[in-house]
Amino acid sequence: MDIRIVGVSKAFGRTGALRGLDLEISAGELIALLGPSGSGKTTLLRVIAGLEFPDTGQVYFGNEDATGLAVQERQIGFVFQHYALFKHMTVFDNIAYGLRVRRRGTATEIAARVGELLELVQLTDFAARHPRQLSGGQRQRVALARALAVDPRVLLLDEPFGALDAKIRRDLRRWLRELHDRTGHTTVFVTHDQEEAIELADRVAILNGGRIEQVGTADDIYDRPATAFVMSFVGDTSAIPVGFDGHRPSFEGRAFDTCLLGPHRGPGLFYVRPRDVEVTAPEAAAITGKVRTVHRTATGLRTQISPGTTDTLIEIELDSSAKVKAGSQVGLRFLRGRLFGVRG
Amino acid sequence: MSKRLVSKRPVPPPTAATERPVTRLCLTAVALAFLALFLVLPVIVVFSEALAKGVTVYLETFDDPDARAAIELTLLVVAIAVPLNLVFGVAASWAIAKFEFRGKSLLITLIDLPFSVSPVVSGLIYVLLFGSQGLFGPWLEAHDIKILFALPGIVLATMFVTFPFVARELIPLMQEQGSLDEEAALTLGARGFRIFFTITLPNVAWGLLYGVLLCTARAMGEFGAVSVVSGHIRGVTDTMPLHVEILYNEYNFVAAFAMASLLTLMAVVTLAAKTVLEMHYGDALARTTRI
Ligand SMILES: Nc1ncnc2c1ncn2[C@@H]1O[C@H](COP(=O)(O)OP(=O)(O)OP(=O)(O)O)[C@@H](O)[C@H]1O
Ligand SMILES: [Mg+2]
Repeated sequence: MDIRIVGVSKAFGRTGALRGLDLEISAGELIALLGPSGSGKTTLLRVIAGLEFPDTGQVYFGNEDATGLAVQERQIGFVFQHYALFKHMTVFDNIAYGLRVRRRGTATEIAARVGELLELVQLTDFAARHPRQLSGGQRQRVALARALAVDPRVLLLDEPFGALDAKIRRDLRRWLRELHDRTGHTTVFVTHDQEEAIELADRVAILNGGRIEQVGTADDIYDRPATAFVMSFVGDTSAIPVGFDGHRPSFEGRAFDTCLLGPHRGPGLFYVRPRDVEVTAPEAAAITGKVRTVHRTATGLRTQISPGTTDTLIEIELDSSAKVKAGSQVGLRFLRGRLFGVRG
Repeated sequence: MSKRLVSKRPVPPPTAATERPVTRLCLTAVALAFLALFLVLPVIVVFSEALAKGVTVYLETFDDPDARAAIELTLLVVAIAVPLNLVFGVAASWAIAKFEFRGKSLLITLIDLPFSVSPVVSGLIYVLLFGSQGLFGPWLEAHDIKILFALPGIVLATMFVTFPFVARELIPLMQEQGSLDEEAALTLGARGFRIFFTITLPNVAWGLLYGVLLCTARAMGEFGAVSVVSGHIRGVTDTMPLHVEILYNEYNFVAAFAMASLLTLMAVVTLAAKTVLEMHYGDALARTTRI
């Protein structure tokens, strides 16, 4: 079932958590909500769930206006960041809770359904345990099974792997993707881990300050960022303030050659990815900079260079054989970069 | 500089245990002596006085109809006041912990009022309200309803004094747990009362039991407030604590201490139950940290 969010605003006291937000989610899609802390991801998810009601705007489930529907009537499955398992119930009872509440069949039928779900989340042997006897990853899977039990129309997950360590995170991520491919639930999940969003989701929605900055596939977001925020939020970037002489951008009065991406042509900020910066001899480039720091990393050298007379730092990756020393002057060539006008 | 000096020796963790052994011993001794003098000794005195003339005399004191009446009245008051306070306490803490509303902090302060007001004043409030000179006095008299110097007055006074116990126990517990579990139940399709009975209540069960125990203990022993509203009608509105006073003033020491020993015994049982609970409860508390 597809979901449409139209012009939704939600304020808590004086802070606007969501500000006129639009988003369309297609049926069967796995979409990630990505954004910095406080950008409104959780609030949006709770608005979709019906745990929070928008001040203005509409939420549509298919063709049905669900804006005023209570949580219980929306048929959603929600997985909370800290699992929110019922501590005094066994794993079995946790998963059966929704089925019993909704009277989905006799005790035997419910037991059979719970059995299926336990198998799905690979926890068949843990039915009689209490949540405190499970590991974090196991708890998360119980939470997922519990949410799936009532056949939700939409599955909503709030930072589902946020509290787990890196290895388990990766496993669960892959497992969730497989599960999604098998069951085909429309799924919305919140994360502030870009890698997770890009790896797991069909599409990623970037939130900032209660609005959507961009929605698109990983390629869209990474290679065709719509705004300066998306450009700087996703992946590593550096930015320098530039002027524009009609053809070429200029830094501190010196025009430089580069392949300009994106539509904006004019003064503003020039954003460049580390891999698109080349270090040359000082005479060979229009822009020179001073090397501030050089660190050895697993794959090479990571250096910070401040161009011209500024304190702005440009971070780049170099081969470990490159001969750069902290304090020396180097030339900088930007192979490609993206111009954005300064907002305001 | 001082840091360097200290770090030459292994630094013991900065706890009270770093006090010199002598200091520790002295402190412990003082605490124990204090306990013995003010708690253990009186309890021993109560029982030894009660049994001064032998077990038969001790038991005979309970054959007295007035004594019987006092015991029955106290149990009746407890049986009414505690369940009512349980319901009100749970309702109040639920409202405070799970909902945002105006006047919430005022409500929290009000719940503590019985703790800070002298019990005698608590009793007087009811005299001022329901006494023949009081606010509702004439109306009550006209309709032949007796509150003061009767069971309703005693129950009211007891409830007032013991109200905070359940709520005080539950509010922090419920606040600590937040509404996450309830929200999870909501998303699974459950509604108000079902959520309350299957999620909220089990989550605070141990704390609730603990609060009820304290509430019961206090309700049995309440003297001040009840003394003001009871009217001391022997065999009718005398509760156990009041009866102890009457017997004592009549120099009937054995009977007075016998009755007192019964109260003490109830208190000890409550205390024992509380200790047992605490062992579970500490465990349960640890469990309530987000799972
Ligand atoms: N119940 C609430 N009461 C008051 N303010 C709230 C409430 N919930 C959210 N906010 C505010 O709304 C804004 C958005 O919060 P939200 O929880 O949606 O952010 P988020 O993107 O999920 O952040 P995080 O990544 O830290 O979880 C924040 O400024 C937050 O302080
Ligand atoms: Mg959040």
